[in-house]
Amino acid sequence: MKSVKTMLIAAGLAALMLTGPLSAQPTAAPSIVTASPAATATAPGSGQSPQVVGSADAPTPAATGSAAAGQPAATPAKATIPQFYQPEPGIGQPTDKIALQTQVTALGLQAEWFHNVILMPIIIIICLLVLVLLGWVALRYNRRANAVPSRTSHNTAIEIIWTVAPVLILLAIAVPSIKLLAAQYAIPKPDLTVKVIGHQWYWSYQYPDNGDFEVVSNILTEDQDKAKGEPRQLGVDNRMVVPAGAVVKVITTSDDVIHSFAVPAFWIKMDAVPGRLNETWFKVDRPGLYYGQCSELCGARHGFMPIAVEVVTKPQFAQWIAANGGTIGKGKPASSDATVNSPISNPTAATAAPTPMAGAPSTPTETATAPAKPVGQPATTN
Amino acid sequence: MTDTTANAHFFQKEEHHEHHGADHRPGFFARWFLSTNHKDIGTLYLIFAITAGIIGGGISGLMRAELAHPGIQYLPMWAHFFGAPAGNDAALHFWNVMVTAHGLIMVFFMVMPAMIGGFGNWFVPIMIGAPDMAFPRMNNVSFWLIVPAFTLLLGSLFVSGGTGNGAGTGWTLYAPLSTSGSAGPSVDMCILALHLAGASSILGAVNFITTILNMRAPGMTLHKMPLFAWSVLVTAFLLLLALPVLAAAITMLLTDRNFGTTFFDASGGGDPILYQHLFWFFGHPEVYIMILPGFGMVSHIISTFSKKPIFGYLGMAYAMVAIGVVGFVVWAHHMYTTGLDVNTKMYFTAATMVIAVPTGIKIFSWIATMWGGSISFKTPMVWAMGFIFMFTVGGVTGVVLANGGIDNYFQDTYYVVAHFHYVLSLGAVFSLFAGFYYWFPKMSGKMYNEFLGQAHFWIFFVGVNVLFFPMHFLGAQGMPRRYPDYPDAFAKWNAVASHGYEIMVVGMGIFFVNIIYSLIAGPKAPANPWGEGATTLEWTLSSPPPYHQFETLPIIDAGDLHDRHDRRPPDRV
Repeated sequence: MKSVKTMLIAAGLAALMLTGPLSAQPTAAPSIVTASPAATATAPGSGQSPQVVGSADAPTPAATGSAAAGQPAATPAKATIPQFYQPEPGIGQPTDKIALQTQVTALGLQAEWFHNVILMPIIIIICLLVLVLLGWVALRYNRRANAVPSRTSHNTAIEIIWTVAPVLILLAIAVPSIKLLAAQYAIPKPDLTVKVIGHQWYWSYQYPDNGDFEVVSNILTEDQDKAKGEPRQLGVDNRMVVPAGAVVKVITTSDDVIHSFAVPAFWIKMDAVPGRLNETWFKVDRPGLYYGQCSELCGARHGFMPIAVEVVTKPQFAQWIAANGGTIGKGKPASSDATVNSPISNPTAATAAPTPMAGAPSTPTETATAPAKPVGQPATTN
Repeated sequence: MTDTTANAHFFQKEEHHEHHGADHRPGFFARWFLSTNHKDIGTLYLIFAITAGIIGGGISGLMRAELAHPGIQYLPMWAHFFGAPAGNDAALHFWNVMVTAHGLIMVFFMVMPAMIGGFGNWFVPIMIGAPDMAFPRMNNVSFWLIVPAFTLLLGSLFVSGGTGNGAGTGWTLYAPLSTSGSAGPSVDMCILALHLAGASSILGAVNFITTILNMRAPGMTLHKMPLFAWSVLVTAFLLLLALPVLAAAITMLLTDRNFGTTFFDASGGGDPILYQHLFWFFGHPEVYIMILPGFGMVSHIISTFSKKPIFGYLGMAYAMVAIGVVGFVVWAHHMYTTGLDVNTKMYFTAATMVIAVPTGIKIFSWIATMWGGSISFKTPMVWAMGFIFMFTVGGVTGVVLANGGIDNYFQDTYYVVAHFHYVLSLGAVFSLFAGFYYWFPKMSGKMYNEFLGQAHFWIFFVGVNVLFFPMHFLGAQGMPRRYPDYPDAFAKWNAVASHGYEIMVVGMGIFFVNIIYSLIAGPKAPANPWGEGATTLEWTLSSPPPYHQFETLPIIDAGDLHDRHDRRPPDRV
């Protein structure tokens, strides 16, 4: 009976520990810090950087664009689409740190707080508790230390405790969890809607509020990444550009298989499902370049359709829209319902004639893409 | 109350004089190919599962080799070796084929056959005091359905799956990637393989339910039944309810692919998300199907080597029932990013977290079983204790992932990969090894080598933790699953993980050396090598048990076991 009492005390202590100091800092708590550039692992020109399978055959932008649906790739030839921001080590891209990616949205910070301040301490304490209990029984109740086993097989009190204590812990988790969900779904009035369409294997972005032009976004080759100073596997030719401080509604869909639009720094991930329009949103105040990757298995080049979201100032956004031949504040495009057109029925979304504006400010990073052209590559899906 | 102890002394005596005539074995072919003996079928299942495990584990080795460094190193070579058409996409497709094959093989052809077909067949009839399964011939059909199923799955690697050879859909076979996204016969072969494996499991489930409900020895009420039998009973009900849903879903895939239906095709009024609901209605109970028998085995092992009865037996049994029931109403936590509405996500968040309660009861009850015990750290026991801790680690990351608002960061990242490998590769597989070492003397009649068993445990333990723990870090930084190549920032932890695989392989090598050595040169095992702690009926039989056991049924007595020496069983013949 003595041992059971000891256990009771141990379990009681554990319950106290678990429900008590929720404010304990987790070991892996990242704060909003700008990582020192040296910390990044994306050292350019790493000597042994491996080949992408057969260079001639690599997923080049020209080869990927518009292969699946046979629709014309929409990037205007020779247009000078400005790009404003360089990738920034530690922000908007992965590092080799033991932490979540730095969050740049209010919701991301809330979720990060929930993860780092509530969840991590709880699960670490639970693991340590189990480890300590296992270690204790191994030391105290091994054959040598305790030759005669007890025959205890019931103790109602302790069984109630270890049923109720987890319930309380889960309640402590559930409240902020439900709050977070509610916040994620409370979409403010959007300032901008971007329709994100997944394709095998690239993304395209339609701007129904700005003349309904479409940007086709392909992965860069390794050499192009190097030339532009972008992290390997993450650089794209044409980024999704949104203004800072604006509530951006993202509508995702697909024209072939399921893809998933994910930007870890914004804490968003939404599947792009053919025949469905899914909705999510973000609001980023800090201009910069934020990467993501397709997050639902979509076929051979699933790993080769990155996402790059460039958050820019309002004037830069206007400039970018103009360079794409779009409009700002000119009311809705002809089809006011553009966002619900399926990409299949609306293949010419990007026909707005690109007229590079005279005197458009030259930017340090011009698009390095070759003009996309309709390629006769047969679709891989029947 | 819940003492399931039988009188070893008594049955040994019975066996000796009963088995002069009853122990004749059929010839080799009849014994192993037309078998109706639950022990032989169990052995066949174990051999099958080990074979499938070597193949599935080998595939994961290929994947870890490719992922050890950023960039694509070996894929084109391997794709070429497997006869894929030339080209970049075919090579990248082969990556998805490996991901798919590893998942399907490990789930359907390694863990399930080993847990239910192998140990379930071997020990459920013995533990409940039955001479055999209720339907011995159906038992044989179960096994011989899974062999062609596996053959079909392996064959699918060599025929076209669309972009290249093999099915590259992931083990979930999501439409439309598995329908319009994968031309060629490969995915059809996978679907038929799953149909056969599913039919095999359904027949097995029917057999186990009938056996356990009808053939328990006199006096063995459900509340005196050993926990392993409980776990297999719950598992069998999960199989019976979940697998038909999978069969329906993949049949719809088949007709979408071949007969022009549009269940999952939006252009014909269908919905790809419907497939995911159907799949995960099966898929989530499936994860409990894979772990519940492990729970049962670990309970016996902890009790045996602590020389104590299970703590909170009824709580343990009904915790498994609760896990099984709640497991059916949490499926959409696999689908948080598919565009569920907020109320749905809130419900599935709350329901999913509820599962932590019965799981916690089990963890604490195991520890309480050890508490006050006299523990000997034999190989099965260290595996079982490793299981408890590793399953806890996998379980708590499950609580993190249960939160819908957190999951839209972690969904489809390596955090999820780490989570389910902790509960499966370090949970289910640890329990399989624990059970294997625990029952190896009983099944083979030979003792395994204790030193090799301990070495296997410690090396494997270090290896899988080095392999899977860094995946949490990769996932926290957002590395997506099912990627053959990754940004260079992920290089460090991927390299560490691949080294972990190398360590693990050494452990596995020791395991196989141990099996072969022990089968050839192991000392003869006594009927009960584990001593007074081992109280279930299998330890009352010789090692290996007679070809037919319990021709006179054992009597299970609620009273004190010391009273039973002089009790005679009624004559049942």
